[in-house]
Amino acid sequence: MDFKLSEEQQALKQEFEDFFKREMENAPLDYQNRSPLEAMYGSDEGWEFHKSMKKKLAEKGWLTMAWPKEYGGREAPVIEQLIFSEVQSYYRAPGLDGFGVKMFAPTLMLYATDEQKERLLPPIAKGEVQYCQGWSEPNAGSDLASLKTVAIKEGDHYVINGQKVWTTAAHRADHIFLLARTNPSQKRSSGLSVFNIEMNTPGIEVRPIEYMNGVHIYNEIYFTDVKVPVEERIGPENEGWKLTRATMNFERSGVGSFAEARRSFEELLKYVQTTKRDGKALIENQIVRQKLAKLYIGIETGRALAYKTAWLQEKGSLTFSAAAASEGKVFGTELRQQVANFATEIMGLYGQVEHSKWAHLNGVMIDGYQMSPGSNIAAGSSEIQRNIIAWVGCGLPRFN
Amino acid sequence: MNLDFTSEQDMLRDTVSRFLANECPYDRVKELEETAEGYSPELWQKMAELGWLGLLFPEEYEGYEGQFIDMIIIQEEIGKAVFPNPLFSTVIQCGSIILEGGSEEQKKELLGQIAEGSLIMALAQYEEDGSYLSSGIKMPAEADGDRYILNGTKMFVMDANISDKLIVAANIKDKGLSLLLVDAKDTGITITKIPTIGKDNTCEVIFKDVRVAKENIIGSPGNGLEILEKINAKAAVAKAAEMVGSCKACIDITIDYAKQREQYGKPIGGFQVIQHYMANMLLAYDTSYNYLYRVACMVDEGEDFTAEASALKACLNENYKFVSERAVQIHGGIGTTREGDIGLFYRKAKSCEYICGDTDFHYENLIDKILSANPI
Ligand SMILES: Cc1cc2nc3c(=O)[nH]c(=O)nc-3n(C[C@H](O)[C@H](O)[C@H](O)COP(=O)(O)OP(=O)(O)OC[C@H]3O[C@@H](n4cnc5c(N)ncnc54)[C@H](O)[C@@H]3O)c2cc1C
Repeated sequence: MDFKLSEEQQALKQEFEDFFKREMENAPLDYQNRSPLEAMYGSDEGWEFHKSMKKKLAEKGWLTMAWPKEYGGREAPVIEQLIFSEVQSYYRAPGLDGFGVKMFAPTLMLYATDEQKERLLPPIAKGEVQYCQGWSEPNAGSDLASLKTVAIKEGDHYVINGQKVWTTAAHRADHIFLLARTNPSQKRSSGLSVFNIEMNTPGIEVRPIEYMNGVHIYNEIYFTDVKVPVEERIGPENEGWKLTRATMNFERSGVGSFAEARRSFEELLKYVQTTKRDGKALIENQIVRQKLAKLYIGIETGRALAYKTAWLQEKGSLTFSAAAASEGKVFGTELRQQVANFATEIMGLYGQVEHSKWAHLNGVMIDGYQMSPGSNIAAGSSEIQRNIIAWVGCGLPRFN
Repeated sequence: MNLDFTSEQDMLRDTVSRFLANECPYDRVKELEETAEGYSPELWQKMAELGWLGLLFPEEYEGYEGQFIDMIIIQEEIGKAVFPNPLFSTVIQCGSIILEGGSEEQKKELLGQIAEGSLIMALAQYEEDGSYLSSGIKMPAEADGDRYILNGTKMFVMDANISDKLIVAANIKDKGLSLLLVDAKDTGITITKIPTIGKDNTCEVIFKDVRVAKENIIGSPGNGLEILEKINAKAAVAKAAEMVGSCKACIDITIDYAKQREQYGKPIGGFQVIQHYMANMLLAYDTSYNYLYRVACMVDEGEDFTAEASALKACLNENYKFVSERAVQIHGGIGTTREGDIGLFYRKAKSCEYICGDTDFHYENLIDKILSANPI
């Protein structure tokens, strides 16, 4: 057993690091002091930077390195993907439209017609389009299968009516992949279908929802008699649930959280070494030291778990459990929350200050403090992840 | 990168696990806890025959040249069985000290005896004020001709009551901390077991005018600190491995129980509160387990692992207590009895916490190491 990267992997890592380090020097002012979602989608400068980075990643072939060769990818080993995510997250670098590249594209590869694949995959691979994910509704959150948006077939098109909510980046996106009920007489996970829809289709109205700090990340979307050609339905009619499962199975190790946390840890370490209160450097304070020790342990143990998850996934090992992804997600988001909690506590009065000349560490920690509840809820809440860990990881019975 | 065990390592784990399941089920553990010796000499012999005691030593000292990771596997399985035995004190602490700092003669004489199971040893470092720091070691070793004279009290010496020899950390004037090999049966030594929650062989050892020949020093006068720090870090990793194994056993036992125990006409494992406890327990275990092997690999690669050893031990101190406490809770009343097995883990978690450094000690050590690696 050994955790060492091979020479090629080491070289690849170096290449990623050199690239992101260089490119992030061109980031808009304040970009790296914001949480990733906020940085990418919350401001026009951030959005432009994300788009230009996307193109560069596409040119390097990094956007789609995990994709199968027949779709222009290079089927990069899971470990290489892990290294990429780790470096990209560490540098807080944008450029990856996860909705398109990691969620919708694999669904297309598995279920789309050849015509759809040829039309929809290349723009994603080239970093030319932005997708958003139209799943959640006001009354269908964790219990996604209870969704009510309908798509009724009328000749060569569907007519869509309903409402989606929490749609991240809908105000930036070119396309949405939508989950809607094509057979209203069927309940729950039956009678659903997946659609690819252009956001500028008449009848679609995007309304911003402000995140608690006032930033515009997510939206609600109203669909009123939206006509969508039959060719935009992906996969068989009424079997969309199966497609959503496939989508959800693509993201795995969660290593990005631990890399992000490590970056924050390093910033915090420097901060407590160089900041004085009551005549003493903060690092001399016992409570501060303990908090840092706890964070370090969380980051390193989480990272070890992520590496193991990637390793097992790489091998397609039978011992790889679907619970591992849930473990990485919940451990990672809660760790980032702990980083923000501890950092803002250590800062004392300055812990509350948002981006301004008074802010310590440029306000990045209070930003994380506000974003972390969102991370604990989005993409399957911490409670839902724990249900999965108990059912799949521990094999405990499921009553409902 | 290769995160798989070799087939030999899988076999080793299998052998240890089957041996312990057959020879020392939890009822036997509880019986052994009640005895004065606190271990089974018969099983100790069998462990020697299986080659575990000499596993870490080079061939020329009757060893098998195993990797540290092999010992970690054994320790993990020992932790699953909460198997009381002096491997940790004899092999992992004292054997490693001799290997690290001992003279050729000492290695030849002692390591072979350890490997064949005829020599049990204990490390006497802590004293009455309970400090883990080397500065807390106050006992003097007074030079007197060709001997040193020891006076004072050592505390929390694991397995002193069954040892043939002790390694004693004491200060030699003008030289500093040094390690001395002392005959445990010396008439000047009084050994008394201290009652602890772990019901183990934690002892007080009182030295009264104990004379030690100068050649019985390990290494040279004053190099005890360097050896101790290195071996204590290694031992912390090995102790953490035992604790990782114990967490796993707690989880497996508790999952079985939660599936089978019914209340309100349903298995309690179906209740979401119980499921979330279990999910948290599994998270604590999986992160600890994978980090353990990351650190163990560093030891085998000869990298500096002192910061990581502290991170790991502090992590397991907290996680083992957390996992075993929740395990008792999920068992309900039966979890609180001596008859039930899960209470064993709750007690051992607390005693393991103190071995090789408690959480606060390791937090401090970790931060010191991080700071010296990241000067401003
Ligand atoms: C920042 C952010 C970005 C998002 N982006 C998108 C997006 O781009 N596209 C999209 O479709 N959706 C998005 N979402 C929506 C997200 O998927 C939902 O918020 C999530 O599924 C939870 O649904 P809900 O908000 O309706 O909460 P609810 O499901 O009502 O949950 C409320 C509480 O009840 C708990 N709960 C619910 N069911 C159970 C259960 N079975 N067991 C135990 N506890 C339970 C939850 O954990 C939570 O604590 C985003 C959300 C956030 C916060």
